[in-house]
Amino acid sequence: MTDTKTVKITYREALKQGLREALINNQKVFLMGEDVGRYGGAFAVSKGFLQEFGTDRIMDVPLSESGFVGAGIGAALGGMRPIVEVMTVNFSLLALDQIINNAATLLHMSGGQINVPVVIRMNSGIGNQLAAQHSHSWEPFYAHVPGLKVLSVGTHEDARGMLATALEFLDPVIIFEYTSLLNIESEIPFDAGAMDIDKAKVRRQGKDLSIITYGPGVYKALAAAEELMLSGIDVEVIDLRVLNPIDNTTIMNSVIKTHRVLIVEEAWRSVSVSSEIISRIMEGAFFDLDVPVRRLCGIEVPIPYAKHLEDASIPQKEDIVESVHNMMQHD
Amino acid sequence: MEDKEIQNESIIDRKIGLELLHKMILIRRFEEKSAEMYTKEKIRGFLHLCIGEEAVAVGVMESLTEADNIMSTYREHGHALARGVDPGSIMAEMYGKQEGCSKGRGGSMHLFDTKKRFYGGNAIVGGHLPMAVGMALASKKQRQDHITCCFFGEGAIAEGEFHESMNLAALWKVPLLFLCENNLYGMGTALRYSHSVQEVEKKGAAYGVESAAVNGMDVLEVKKAAKKAIGYIRKTGKPYFLVCNTYRFRAHSMFDAELYREKSEVEAWKERDPIPTLRTKLLKDGLITKDDIDTIEKKVKAEVQDAVDFAEKGTFESVQDLTKFIYSNQR
Repeated sequence: MTDTKTVKITYREALKQGLREALINNQKVFLMGEDVGRYGGAFAVSKGFLQEFGTDRIMDVPLSESGFVGAGIGAALGGMRPIVEVMTVNFSLLALDQIINNAATLLHMSGGQINVPVVIRMNSGIGNQLAAQHSHSWEPFYAHVPGLKVLSVGTHEDARGMLATALEFLDPVIIFEYTSLLNIESEIPFDAGAMDIDKAKVRRQGKDLSIITYGPGVYKALAAAEELMLSGIDVEVIDLRVLNPIDNTTIMNSVIKTHRVLIVEEAWRSVSVSSEIISRIMEGAFFDLDVPVRRLCGIEVPIPYAKHLEDASIPQKEDIVESVHNMMQHD
Repeated sequence: MEDKEIQNESIIDRKIGLELLHKMILIRRFEEKSAEMYTKEKIRGFLHLCIGEEAVAVGVMESLTEADNIMSTYREHGHALARGVDPGSIMAEMYGKQEGCSKGRGGSMHLFDTKKRFYGGNAIVGGHLPMAVGMALASKKQRQDHITCCFFGEGAIAEGEFHESMNLAALWKVPLLFLCENNLYGMGTALRYSHSVQEVEKKGAAYGVESAAVNGMDVLEVKKAAKKAIGYIRKTGKPYFLVCNTYRFRAHSMFDAELYREKSEVEAWKERDPIPTLRTKLLKDGLITKDDIDTIEKKVKAEVQDAVDFAEKGTFESVQDLTKFIYSNQR
């Protein structure tokens, strides 16, 4: 019998609990990243860890993204279980050579001899008026690369539980966490723990239309679904969770059930995760559709500083509600 | 490491003399055969030969133990052979056969053999340096006493990853030998057109890394310098930067018309060919006879022929297995 008691927790605290548990459970695990130690983590996720685990397990690194991400990969080759934190996804561009040319290729290039059990976490997303250079959504980039497992942490239970499972795999795992969710509170099971990292999840069952999304889109879609229910529209919400490799089955089952699909993502529209999902639906469930698939994506603009423009750059709850109404009238 | 012991490194006996000569001649003849097999279209893709640079691979590898890690570049056949990777598995790899050391997935530039702790064969210039730092860091964290030896060309020194890696290795005090093979050309661009400071060993000082340069055309001098460097690393646990000044007699790759250097320059360097240099010394010192040289040449000829036979007899992997080794999906 599972414990049905829940606790209220912030997304930040959920991440922190998952990380702390990982450090306690496996002595080979260590955390390295910019300001993870003395500063307490740029987003206070690892606050207090340096005091608890010491400098050998919690390593502050200099501003050398390629250097320390590569060192994390090397430490994985050398038998450790490193968690590399790149402060934000924006800076991860400086480490793309390491992630794409090394982490993603070594197993294959070595004919299966070398595993790269490294976990690379990065904060991502839009919504704090940080302007173009600090507001990237590079999930589609990373999801494009064979050899990388790419996770998007859109809920509190995944914030609490994805890391533990990622650390069990021998393949490199990229984890996207979201700045805009850090202070949001939610209920998770009292005994929340490891979550699978293979499947998309139905976050809300519905029969009229499927919203397929990930990351910050999940809670927005769930909020939109509640509002739509007042109009009698019963929306299903799919959280992709794993952006590479993508779980086709959950997507197709939902399309077959609702016959209508709206995809919501913050990344730029062209050559995005939504492009891929639409292609798969065309290939796998075209004749199950009642209306053309629609999508709400990031507007293709370097994300502006001004609040009203920033808000207009990404899909909001109101946009989702409006799009669903339009699609339902299409019948 | 006693200085006296290092001094004794230049005094060699017949056994060691024959070993060094054998290894260098094996590399030379293996490379010549590789070029031949390239023109016969048995080998395709990029092929980078290390003819002229044999003294570096052989001189350095002598002082490393089986437990030490090796990381290398795309001009790594010599390093692999000197490390004891089976010549047949290297030739089969270049033939694209599944009996190759990387199962035909890597080719000439990506030789891997974890049993020999030989971690590539890395073909993005400078890209393996951060990983080497990480491997050395893992050794330190696990209190293992082996070191990591990272080969790279002087071209890598212009990459940011070199500087990040030197800083990290010194900052973290990890047992890493930065082994630069300075062959004066990054593809077709000479050192003098690439570096403001051309005595590249001076760059170690900026990071507080003990550094030295040595005549890379003399295997005994390389051996002595490497022994000193490795002794320092084992004793202190700190990194060391050794520059071996050498020269490649052949083109950069099989596509290179060598428009960027004079034939006379190449001929002048050939006067310092490491193989005749050692051969002459050993003959002069009365340690070996001309018969010994004939014996080595015969033995090497057979070894190289065996490698070719092994590769010829090898088999191609089934296309059905194309997508193997992308994810291990192991826990």
